[in-house]
Amino acid sequence: MIYLDYAATTPMKREVMEAYMHTAEMVIGNASSLHSYGREAKRVLNEARKEIARKIGARPNEIIFTSGGTEADNLAVFGLAKALRSKGCHIITTEIEHQAILQPMKQLEEEGFAITYLPVDTSGFVQLEDVERALQEDTIFVSIMFGNNEVGSMQPISEIGQLLKERDIPFHTDAVQAYGTVKIDVEEMHIDALTASAHKIGGPKGIGFLYVRSELPLMAHQVGGNQERKLRGGTENIPAIAAFAEAVRSLHHFDQDKMNDVTERFLNELAKCPIQYEMNSPEQRLAHIVNIYFPHITVDHLLARLDLEGVAISSGSACTAGAVEASHVLVAMFGEGERANSSVRISFGEETTLEEATASAQIIGRVVETFQRGKE
Amino acid sequence: MNTMTKKQRVVLGMSGGVDSSVAAHLLLEQGYEVIGVFMKNWDDSDDSGFCSAAEDYEDVVKVAEQVGIPYYTVNFEKEYWDNVFEYFLEEYKKGRTPNPDVMCNKEIKFKAFLDYAMSLDADFVAMGHYAQVERTEEGVRMLRGVDTNKDQTYFLNQLTQAQLEKTLFPLGHLQKSEVREIAEREGLATAKKKDSTGICFIGERDFKQFLSEFLPAQPGNMETMDGEVMGRHDGLMYYTIGQRHGLGIGGAGDPWFVLGKDLERNVLLVGQGFHHNALYSDALKANLVNWMTPKELPETFECTAKFRYRQPDTKVTVQRLPNGEALVTFAAPVRAITPGQAVVFYDEMECLGGGTIDEVYKDGQKLTYVG
Repeated sequence: MIYLDYAATTPMKREVMEAYMHTAEMVIGNASSLHSYGREAKRVLNEARKEIARKIGARPNEIIFTSGGTEADNLAVFGLAKALRSKGCHIITTEIEHQAILQPMKQLEEEGFAITYLPVDTSGFVQLEDVERALQEDTIFVSIMFGNNEVGSMQPISEIGQLLKERDIPFHTDAVQAYGTVKIDVEEMHIDALTASAHKIGGPKGIGFLYVRSELPLMAHQVGGNQERKLRGGTENIPAIAAFAEAVRSLHHFDQDKMNDVTERFLNELAKCPIQYEMNSPEQRLAHIVNIYFPHITVDHLLARLDLEGVAISSGSACTAGAVEASHVLVAMFGEGERANSSVRISFGEETTLEEATASAQIIGRVVETFQRGKE
Repeated sequence: MNTMTKKQRVVLGMSGGVDSSVAAHLLLEQGYEVIGVFMKNWDDSDDSGFCSAAEDYEDVVKVAEQVGIPYYTVNFEKEYWDNVFEYFLEEYKKGRTPNPDVMCNKEIKFKAFLDYAMSLDADFVAMGHYAQVERTEEGVRMLRGVDTNKDQTYFLNQLTQAQLEKTLFPLGHLQKSEVREIAEREGLATAKKKDSTGICFIGERDFKQFLSEFLPAQPGNMETMDGEVMGRHDGLMYYTIGQRHGLGIGGAGDPWFVLGKDLERNVLLVGQGFHHNALYSDALKANLVNWMTPKELPETFECTAKFRYRQPDTKVTVQRLPNGEALVTFAAPVRAITPGQAVVFYDEMECLGGGTIDEVYKDGQKLTYVG
C-alpha cells in the first residue's frame, strides 16, 4: 500500500506518540485545579502554548487551543463577526475556502451579514486588486486561506496582510494546510488571526488552535468554562496539546528539498506514461500537493481502482453517502464541467520515499491508460 | 477453489438492505474476493453534502465492516436521470404506467454498474435479486428465484446473454425467510431492517406530490364509457388501469374502477365493478422485446407470461414480429393489462425474456381507451 493522502491527514510521528503517551500517563490533573496536579497540568499546557506561539511569532496568550481546524475556523468566523457586529456586517472571503469557513459564512448570511466571495483565476489565486476592490466602509474582517488544501495554491498573504493593516481591517487566514510546510510569521505577514491543526504535521487528531492577536475582540463560540481566556470553554486536552508541541518541535527536521524531490520524481515518472493529463496545481504551490486532471476518466471509478491496486489518493469531497462530488475549488478555477469531475489530488508527506513516488506514478499511469483507452 | 489460483473478484451492488448484506456473506463463503458498492442514482444532496441515501449507506458500511470487505460509492446520477428518469416522465406524459425498475436494471445495474465493475477488474457483478442463473453449454439461463413470492425476474427481463454471463445472484436458491435467518445467525446489522417499498428515487415520499414537481397536473372529468360525468380527476398521470382507490365516487352499487384514459379530452374513464367488462382483454402487442434465453425460439410458440409483478402466470401464445415486437394472445381474457408495464415470458422456471406492453386488444380490436 502506498499512502498519498497526506493533505487529508498524516501519521503521528514516533516522538509525538511518545510525548502523548508520556503526558497521558504522568500528567493526570485538570489544568484548572488549584492543587499540585492541576499546577503540573497547567505547566505542561503553558509550555506547549509557548512553543507553538513562538513558531509563528505570536505571544503565548494569543493561542486558543481547539479540537482542530474546523472548530478554530468556526470560532474565527463566528467569533469575529459577533464581536465586530457593531462596526459593520460585511465580510470578505474566497470561493476556495474550506467548508469550515464557507458553512459558517452561509450561516452568517442568514443572520444578515453580507459576504463577498472572491473568485480565483485558473491557477487558484486571489488577486490583490480584487481584495482591495471588495473592501467597504463596513467590512469588519477578511478571511483568506493561506495554502489551498485541494490544489495547493498559495495566496499573497503578506501583501493582503499589508493592505489590510493599512486599512485597519482584521485579517484571518486558514493555514491548516500550509502550517508546517512553509514559514509563517504573523508579525511579518500582518496576520491577525490564524487557524492550524496538529494532524496535518504529524501530530494527533482532535487538536488545533486559533491564533488571535490580543488586541482583537473575539466572542466565544463554545462557552461553559473559563479556559483559554474564556474564549473556548472545556477542559484542555493536555496529552494532545503536549503532543502537538512535540510535532511542532520536530518540524525542524522538515526538509523542503526532499519534499520537492519526491514531487518532482512523481511528476517525471508520470510524464513517461502514455496518458493525457493536465496539472491543476500552479507552480507557486504547497510542495506536497499536486492536483491533476485526467481527461475522460470518472473519478470515483479511478479512486476505487487505485485503492484496490494499493494506492490511496483522493478527490474533492464526498457526500454523506460516500459519493464523490465535484470539488468547489476546481469549479471556482475552471467552472462546472468535466475538469472538476475528472481530477484527483495526490499529496506527499515526510514519510514518502522516492521509490513510492516512482511506483505510484507507474500504477496511476497504467490504470489511467486503461481508463482512457478508446475514450478520446 | 485451488488456493494457488487468484480468487475471482466479484463487485456486489449493496443497497443497505438485508438481501445484499446476506449476498456479501454468501459470496465470501463461496471463496470470492468481494467488493461492496453502493450506487447513488438520485441527486438530493444539499450544500453541506447531506443526502437522504446516507442512512442506507451507513448500513452498507456496517455490513461491509462486519464481513470484512472494502466498500465504495459510485455515482450514477447522470446515467439514471438520462436513461431511466427521462423515460419514466415520457411514459407518464403519454398516459402510460412505466416500470422504472425494469429500466434501472437494464441501464444502470447491468450496464453502467457492470461497466464500472469491469473497470475494477472484476470477474463478475452480483446483486441481491431473487433470481438464478444457470450456466449451460448453450449459454446462460435465467431462472426464477426459488422463493416464488419474492421472484424478481419480472424486473430483469431486459438482460442479455452478455450481461448474464457476468452476473451472479447469490440469493436465488433461497427463501426470503432463509435469508433473514442467515442475517440473524451472522448478526448482520441489517438483519431486522424493513424491506424497502415503492420506487427507489421516490422512497417514502408521496407519489402524487413527487410527480407533480416534474409534470404539470391537468385536472379533468371522470366519465363512464357512456359519457356520463362522474366527477373530477387530479391529472391522468396519477391513475393506472384497474385502480380503485382515490376516485372518490360514492353512491350505491359496486365500487368504481379506472377503465382507461382519453388523453385528447383529458378524461379519466371509470366504471363499476372489479370485473367490469371493459377491463378485460385477450391479446397485446409488446415492443422493445428482449429474448434472453440461449435457446432458439420458433416464430410462434406457447409459454406463460406475467403482465404485472407478483401476478400468477397466464398461458399465452407468442408470435414474434420484426423490429423487436411480439403479439401475445392469452388463453383466457386477462384483467387490467396496462400499457407501459412489462410483459415477461416464462417456460416453467426459465425466464425467456420480455418487453413493454404497447397496445391492448380484445376480439381483434385495439382498445384505444387504455392508452
